[in-house]
Amino acid sequence: MKKCRRCTKPATLHITEIKGGEVRALHLCENCAQEYLSNVDAGSTAESEAPFGEPGFGGEETSPHDELSCPQCGMTFKKFRSQGRLGCAHDYEVFRERLVPLLESIHGERQHIGKCPRQRPEGSRRHHELARLRSELKAAVEAEDYERAARLRDSIRELETPRTDSP
Amino acid sequence: MNFESLVTTSGEWLRGTGPDSDIVISSRIRLARNLGEFPFPPCADDDVRAAVEEVLRREIRSLSVGDNLLYINIDTLGPLDRQFLVERQLISREHAETHGTRGVGIGPRETLSLMINEEDHLRMQVLRSGFALDQCWEEMNALDDELESRVLFAFDDEFGYLTSCPTNVGTGMRASVMLHLPGLVLTKEIQKVFQAMQKMSLAVRGLYGEGSQAMGDFYQISNQVTLGKTEEQILQTINEVVPRIIDYERRVRSALIKENRAKLHDQVSRAFGILRSAHTITSEETMHLLSSVRMGINLGLVDGIEIPTVNELFIHTQPAHLQKIRHATLESAERNVARAAYLRERLAGGGPMKN
Repeated sequence: MKKCRRCTKPATLHITEIKGGEVRALHLCENCAQEYLSNVDAGSTAESEAPFGEPGFGGEETSPHDELSCPQCGMTFKKFRSQGRLGCAHDYEVFRERLVPLLESIHGERQHIGKCPRQRPEGSRRHHELARLRSELKAAVEAEDYERAARLRDSIRELETPRTDSP
Repeated sequence: MNFESLVTTSGEWLRGTGPDSDIVISSRIRLARNLGEFPFPPCADDDVRAAVEEVLRREIRSLSVGDNLLYINIDTLGPLDRQFLVERQLISREHAETHGTRGVGIGPRETLSLMINEEDHLRMQVLRSGFALDQCWEEMNALDDELESRVLFAFDDEFGYLTSCPTNVGTGMRASVMLHLPGLVLTKEIQKVFQAMQKMSLAVRGLYGEGSQAMGDFYQISNQVTLGKTEEQILQTINEVVPRIIDYERRVRSALIKENRAKLHDQVSRAFGILRSAHTITSEETMHLLSSVRMGINLGLVDGIEIPTVNELFIHTQPAHLQKIRHATLESAERNVARAAYLRERLAGGGPMKN
């Protein structure tokens, strides 16, 4: 007999959820199942003590993703689940698959439809870089460092040429 | 503007003006934003925190409101001053209690607060007296636009603005309205409000936010969902529900007056009497009694004292404010004496209406 995903009692309830075309199976004991189902009904469980530590949000039986870590900040999904805070913006990319069901359970949605930066990320990065290069160019000209100024001018021209892959 | 000048003034949200200010104390919009290239503050080491603080401090300084910002380093501030800013609603409790390089930029009349290295790199807050969420959003959005033309905030095409905690991801926006609901508390109808809010995915919190007690019958209503809705949709939900709560509170109050005017008048007058004559009083009792008096003023049962004074007293009688006003470090028992003395000074003059 399978053990409950949340405690050590035998799992007596087997819940199959279909959400956004994805099927996932949950095996829980009666108590945990009741708790899980009442949380689902409430629509949001964001206020609970360890908001993201609950296996019910996880998906698969075993969680190989728990050991997945962000190359930028070293955050693991396991650590995130225990502390409830992500380490850096890249975590959203690294843990995307695991975060989607969690976000759906918190917000009921997974796609942002609100305000967007006027400059899309790629364009904005370029904008920033250009501003930096232009100010360096100005400084180079003022310092009569024409060799450096020429190199900077070339970099600016390259950045100013619209890229085909940018939105 | 300097830190000490805050002690002698009071914030915009205490003015007691603005739409429906008999019941709505203040409206607030908060946006969470992060710099993509740095770890979020809870995971950042000292060097990263210092670098983020330097970048963002420079950026908020160069905003059009930048010259008028009072910038305060929270990490070099003593515990009393930190608590003072929390009581004043200018920083969060978390911002006061966490560690490392962090700061806050405070706008003129305290309508704006920009926290650096709170749970997110930047937490921006616009505050208004009364029920004025749309004006808050207008100002907040313009400020965000201005910053965004200079700074690249962490953003994902699917998840929107990325935040340290996934409960804020998407818009990163928390819109809240602080309500004074003594009538609904007195009649125990407040439970129905809680239940209705829960069904609408709105959170109800006390005066000082998450986990705080609903002291003085103050309740903050705010959105829980930040992803999958536009900012306007979030505001609309709150803008629709708040007038219904206001209406509910007003109906309960007039029913109370109708049923037993003498009893209510007695309760309010006794509250005022204690506040004017006590020689030692706790913060809790003060809040409780001020709440009665505040309702009494709105119902015409108390004369000679204005709403802004009562609003101010709610804050000035808090522990840190009291100590700052008295320029002294006071133990709890000493504070109760100082609080009673302060209340007697401020409330000399006015009194309950003669029947």
